[in-house]
Amino acid sequence: MLRIYFPILVLLAFAVITPLVMLIIPKILGKRESTPVKDAAYECGIPAKGDARERFPIKFYLIAILFLLFDIEAIFLYPWAYIYRKLGIFGLIEMGVFVFILLVGYLYVIKKGALRWQ
Amino acid sequence: MHGPLWLILAFPLLGFLINGIFGNKFNRVTVSLVACGAVGISFVWSAVLFFRLIALPPESRIYVEKLFDWISAGKFNAAFSFYLDPLSALMILMVSGVGFLIHIYSHGYMGHDESYARYFSFLNLFTFSMLLLVLGANLLVLFVGWEGVGLCSYLLIGFWFTKKSASNAGKKAFIVNRIGDYGFLLGLFLIFVTFGTLNIAQITEQAPRLLASGGILVTIMTLLLFVGATGKSAQIPLYIWLPDAMEGPTPVSALIHAATMVTAGVYMMARMSALYMLAPLTMGIVAAIGALTAIFAATIALTQFDIKRVLAYSTISQLGYMFLACGVGAFGAGIFHLMTHAFFKALLFMGAGSVMHALSNEQDMRYMGGLKKKIPITFWTMLIATLAISGVPGFSGFFSKDEILWESFASPQGNILLWIIGVITAGLTALYMFRLIFMTFYGESRVKSHIEKHIHESPSVMTIPLIALAVLSVIGGYVGIPHLLDGSDRIGRFLEPSFAHFSESAIEGHHSAGTEWLFMIISVIIALTGIYIAYKMYIAKPELPVAFAKKFKGVYTVLYNKYYVDEFYGYTVVKPFIKLSRIMYNIFDRVIIDGSVNLIAYITEWTGEVLKWFQTGYVRHYIVTFMFGVVIILGYFIFR
Amino acid sequence: MIQIPNINISIIYPEIIIFITAVIILLVEIFSNGKKWYAQSIIALIGIIVSGYAVSNQWNSFASGFSEVLVADNFALMFKLIFLLGALLTVFLSIWYFRREEIQQGEYFFLILSSVIGMMILSSANELITAFLGLEVMSLPLYVLAGFDKKKLLSNEAALKYFIMGAFASGFLVYGITFIYGATGTTNFDKISMVISSRSFGIDPLLLLGFILILIGFSFKTAFVPFHSWVPDVYTGAPTPVTAFFSIGPKAAGFAILFRLIIKAFAPIGGSIIPILWILAVLTMTVGNLIALTQRNIKRMLAYSSIAHAGYLLISLVVGNGRGASAALFYLIAYTVMTVGAFGIVILLGEKGEKDLSINGYSGLAYRYPAAAVVMSLFMFSLAGIPPTAGFIGKFYIFSSAISKGFIWLAVIGIVNSVISVYYYLRVVVVMFMKPEIQAGRVVCFPVSLMVAIILAAIGVLQIGMFPQGWFEAVRYSLIGLF
Repeated sequence: MLRIYFPILVLLAFAVITPLVMLIIPKILGKRESTPVKDAAYECGIPAKGDARERFPIKFYLIAILFLLFDIEAIFLYPWAYIYRKLGIFGLIEMGVFVFILLVGYLYVIKKGALRWQ
Repeated sequence: MHGPLWLILAFPLLGFLINGIFGNKFNRVTVSLVACGAVGISFVWSAVLFFRLIALPPESRIYVEKLFDWISAGKFNAAFSFYLDPLSALMILMVSGVGFLIHIYSHGYMGHDESYARYFSFLNLFTFSMLLLVLGANLLVLFVGWEGVGLCSYLLIGFWFTKKSASNAGKKAFIVNRIGDYGFLLGLFLIFVTFGTLNIAQITEQAPRLLASGGILVTIMTLLLFVGATGKSAQIPLYIWLPDAMEGPTPVSALIHAATMVTAGVYMMARMSALYMLAPLTMGIVAAIGALTAIFAATIALTQFDIKRVLAYSTISQLGYMFLACGVGAFGAGIFHLMTHAFFKALLFMGAGSVMHALSNEQDMRYMGGLKKKIPITFWTMLIATLAISGVPGFSGFFSKDEILWESFASPQGNILLWIIGVITAGLTALYMFRLIFMTFYGESRVKSHIEKHIHESPSVMTIPLIALAVLSVIGGYVGIPHLLDGSDRIGRFLEPSFAHFSESAIEGHHSAGTEWLFMIISVIIALTGIYIAYKMYIAKPELPVAFAKKFKGVYTVLYNKYYVDEFYGYTVVKPFIKLSRIMYNIFDRVIIDGSVNLIAYITEWTGEVLKWFQTGYVRHYIVTFMFGVVIILGYFIFR
Repeated sequence: MIQIPNINISIIYPEIIIFITAVIILLVEIFSNGKKWYAQSIIALIGIIVSGYAVSNQWNSFASGFSEVLVADNFALMFKLIFLLGALLTVFLSIWYFRREEIQQGEYFFLILSSVIGMMILSSANELITAFLGLEVMSLPLYVLAGFDKKKLLSNEAALKYFIMGAFASGFLVYGITFIYGATGTTNFDKISMVISSRSFGIDPLLLLGFILILIGFSFKTAFVPFHSWVPDVYTGAPTPVTAFFSIGPKAAGFAILFRLIIKAFAPIGGSIIPILWILAVLTMTVGNLIALTQRNIKRMLAYSSIAHAGYLLISLVVGNGRGASAALFYLIAYTVMTVGAFGIVILLGEKGEKDLSINGYSGLAYRYPAAAVVMSLFMFSLAGIPPTAGFIGKFYIFSSAISKGFIWLAVIGIVNSVISVYYYLRVVVVMFMKPEIQAGRVVCFPVSLMVAIILAAIGVLQIGMFPQGWFEAVRYSLIGLF
């Protein structure tokens, strides 16, 4: 029964073996030399300035998270809309409650100033 | 009978809680109002119930009230229930009534004490415990009250605990009582094993069926209970705590000696009369101990100079009478005397307190005298009480004491010897009581000069209870006028349903009225003789006592030192016990027990310290422990 | 026409009530400007009480709904009442605490109530996915609550640690659920049980693996050793009322689902994990108690003590029959009141910021605040299991259930452990009553709400301890229909 999963096992094996090989072969073949140019983040283009790990405002996170949240909730509307007729009045009420809860959350977010960019 | 019985108990308990918790925030008047009010209401309610009970026909004068199932474990079932019958009705009336007067008196007497609220809360608790003891429908509830009374006596005798002698007296009372309680508890166990219940009514009902009359089981059972009674009611050999109990405030002595505590033993025996009637041997022992205690304590009282100490020995002696009554099966007479004694003994103690109040707490009668005119109310009330206790006809003590004396001869259990001892004690009682009166109130004043100026009658809050009790001491006896004097012995008939009785066949023949008259006249004559001797010795010829003391130096010293019983107990029981305790403490306890305990504790704590290292505070380490657990559990199932 | 499943919405009325209350609190928070902390707390209390009423109305109804996903048998209802009691007492604890710490944000009550919804779902879950849902609904607010004191570093640390560890443990749970689904093809408890017993040949390793992973997932919430390591840090760092809530709510919820799993879903293979539970019980009790011995901080001490108490409760899980379950319920009730009481006193005696929570800080407290010291002693006695307190009866019930099923040694170890625990509980009492006063300046005020919580807890401890009969009946009734 498990035989049907055999291709996956092969894929898994490849996934493990390929990077291993790619890591090991250069060690054997090549000579490692470290120069400033070689160690730079980008070998071409404008020279890098400062650290890549830069801090940027938490507001980005907040917006991103809120976006994700409402986005995902909105997704639920699609399947609901698809079978709306079959669900009938029950489905309407259900979704009404759902949207109302979302609305409360939205109001809360606005009132708390989470979307204010300052 | 529909009145809730628990109300009687609720008020003193409430008073105790209120004063105990908030007392320090109240002013003195509030504290007194709460405490006196609680007992007062309790008294009024008791009286209401008492009269309702009387209104019922005699055969239905029983009322049981169950509050809740208290303990229910397997076969054992004890309900928290109360039992009202003529006996307990009379007792609650007396306890709450006399207790109430003592509370009022205390307001005056303790007026200047710092721990005013503490005093009154304990006093309320004391009343509560005693009422619980009296009302308990099964022996376990009774025992709670019994122990509560013991605890309160400890707290109140040692009330002035900064005084070494007071705290010692408190401890002594408690320890001696515990010895008695031990016997009492064993008795309870035996009763439970035999009857499978501790319900008093059931025990009374089943006793004749389950126990053979005069059998060894019932004899042991009753003797064990009796041991408890000797502790509480201060009989030989456990009476030694009572004289020391006067270290407490005087109203407390009044409460302990009159209304509560010491009457508990007598009450308990009367309550269990059904068992006692089945054990003639125990009855004999009880009667003998009672008679012996009566005369023994009376002789000691003759020589004491401390006014409260005389009264304390007098209490022991009077309790001896009550035990004598119980021992000859005259439980009604015992309870009757208990009641009249409560009146006049409370009065005597409070009178003594009033005397001390007047004399700046002087207790030694050698420094009193001639107070008759200066504190007249105290004098007259105390005189009435003294006449009552001496058994002078017309006063309450006469009726109750005479009934006991007559029963000690006439009852199937009685004999002439018991009567003789009783009568001699009656004479001695009259002698030492009038000695007290004469030394205190008559003759030349021997009061220390700096106190002399301050002598004053007590405030009315103290004298009014005295007067009330004086009235009771006079009329209290008229509820039990014997048939002989054309009375109807109402109290005897009232109490009758509460006790077991001798079967008709046991009462052989009938003593003629003439014999009864003769015995009564003899006892009165002896009492009057006692008074006359006291008059001779302490008023007419004050030098006589000293001469007597010189002439019979040996006897006098023995009596003065209370037969050296305290010393005897000290050498035979207390000292060896302390020595043993020292040895146990030094070797067994400190080296073996403490050593091993400390070792175990050390190892335990050390393990804890080691384990603490795993709690590093790093989440990575926590995850490692977590995973460790997972691996071990999975490993267990793999390699199982 | 799509078949609309048998929803029977009435069985989640208690949850709905709590949810509406939570939403109202949130709306009050955003639409009102003045002082709203007290109003919110009162709304929360009303909601909890109404929900409790709704729960008690369902008593003996044995309803189920949402395609048998949720059941409202007496067992679940009893647990719901415990959660609501815990929440009620926690609200009383919180009102003054957050005022003192000046973090009066209404979201607090919202979070507490949301967490309670999760617990209620968990206790009536009859299906693994629902149980997971309940667990997450319960846990997410708890993570936030642990870090509710935003300005305090320790509180932040607690939240982060709890979240990371919690996520880690949830992983095990979900992993386990997948195995169970793989092995039985269902996640419904009744069906799992049926599938397992219908198989005649031995135990399916896949099934066992799934079961163990699920157990581990829940063991994290109930803090069994060695899955306990988050407890001390989180308990110490979280605001004290939240700590109290941690030690009663999630723990009870964890036991609710564990009992349902062992008694119902995995009953046919329950015997095979008894040795593991046995060892976990011993480890949990012993490690909890031993480390508690060495603690100097009262909150940390109570944290370890809560681990130890989880160990005692584990004994009832080992026993695994009706008697064990009723003992556990009884113990949870007792534990709820005594823990709330102890934390209540800790709150009462702390000053703003709670910089000093060392046990020695209570030196000589009895001289200055005798009532507080006496009540604290009462709770310590109860936690140590000394009569006539609730803790004693609870322990007695658990140990006797162990003995009745033949786990003599487990009972003995449990008793030895409670003896060890006496040491550190009584140290608090000793310090309060027998050491000289060191913090002469300590001034304590006695806010009404906190007093209500403490007095309720004290009455509860004594009432349960002295008249346990009614409670015995209640927990016995709550097992009807479970077997």
